[in-house]
Amino acid sequence: MRVGLTLQARHNPLASAAEQLRILSAPNGFRPFHETMEAAGLHPLLATGIRVFQINVGKLCNQTCAHCHVDAGPDRTETMTPETAELCLRALERTGIPTVDITGGAPELSPVFGRLVEGATALGRHVTDRCNLTVLLLPSQAGLGEFLARRRVEIIASLPYYRAAQTDAQRGEGVFGKSLEALRRLNALGYGRPGSGLVLDLVYNPVGAFLPPRQEEVEAHFKRELERHHGVVFNRLFTLTNMPISRFLEFLLRTGNYEGYMERLANAFNPAAASGVMCRHTLSVGWDGALHDCDFNQMLGLATGFGAPLHVRDFDPGRLDGRRIVTGNHCYGCTAGAGSSCGGSITP
Amino acid sequence: MDTYYRPDDLGRFADMGQGSKDLWDRFMSYYSAVFAEGVLTEREKALIALGVAHAVQCPYCIDATTQACLEKGSNVEEMTEAVHVACAIRGGASLVHGVQMRNVAQKLSM
Repeated sequence: MRVGLTLQARHNPLASAAEQLRILSAPNGFRPFHETMEAAGLHPLLATGIRVFQINVGKLCNQTCAHCHVDAGPDRTETMTPETAELCLRALERTGIPTVDITGGAPELSPVFGRLVEGATALGRHVTDRCNLTVLLLPSQAGLGEFLARRRVEIIASLPYYRAAQTDAQRGEGVFGKSLEALRRLNALGYGRPGSGLVLDLVYNPVGAFLPPRQEEVEAHFKRELERHHGVVFNRLFTLTNMPISRFLEFLLRTGNYEGYMERLANAFNPAAASGVMCRHTLSVGWDGALHDCDFNQMLGLATGFGAPLHVRDFDPGRLDGRRIVTGNHCYGCTAGAGSSCGGSITP
Repeated sequence: MDTYYRPDDLGRFADMGQGSKDLWDRFMSYYSAVFAEGVLTEREKALIALGVAHAVQCPYCIDATTQACLEKGSNVEEMTEAVHVACAIRGGASLVHGVQMRNVAQKLSM
């Protein structure tokens, strides 16, 4: 499996969140996001409680996917400490938030991953693991699948296409074959099998500068193709739009697609999707414990704003449930077409 | 005007509504209905449109239908086959007229 370099390792200016924000906020061929929201009667955007407590445990990953919004990779060292993980569990303990979504990087590579899974499941919370699949094959992760199955963790696994050419173009040469091997192992454990209660979802990201297809239609294609050609089964497929930040932003700029893509997103603005965006019911916690409205804001260094608590040690549901969301032009990524969220499209 | 075809003109397609709004609205209504899911899926219709775009050799249509195919979940292999279908029909259309050539030649020849 071929692994490339992160923006940070390449000393690319786009490794800086400030540089990304400068590009995204510069006047261009599209209307600023907040003006579009105002015109749709959706400004300011307010949270409606917290249903998903999303924890990004760090940027370490065994892959360097071309569209990664985290700029994750093998050279990244940012990772959550045990103390911060305990603060997350303490915050959860004080609420009835039903879902804990653990992401990264490859979250399984974090030393606190196991503790968070065990702590959250002990609190009776539904835990989801955003898994890149190939991590399951690493010698250091022997027994990971069995651990996740024992804890009934829902696996949300990245697989942008049901063919090798497209998947490898986005995620690295050889990733498709290894992903299939990991999926077969998960199927053998019962994941994705009817009646097992072990849920295996796949995530589709467009392999390029275009919007995702209709979720139901592409899910049917994935199910048919993966079962017919590879004997792999899964539960649901989530379509996610590529966010114009970090490595995908670098791709857009390098290939001359930036302006066209932003116009495509802005022209496809869907008020129904905008009113259902995930930040309204998600709280995102960074590896350092900082609070954000979503994982994308986290990567752009945009903290929770307008007087909301800034760190998980100050977690206060009363001041977070109805908080005002921090938005920017990158938010067009979640509001275009059928909308995009960590749980797939927002509208049918 | 340095060229008849300018990529930016595709984004100005709606300008055609300024000459006759009623006809434009009717066309767009019909167009939207044609490409909506029916007996054929949106993905299948986009592939047909891509093939037709190549048959009529319209660069605007090729640009738009290529993006549409990708956004319906098709891949370049499928799209290439659709272009070959257009190519085969165009080529076949020329070749089948060879029968007319043969008919004329036969009539004129001893």
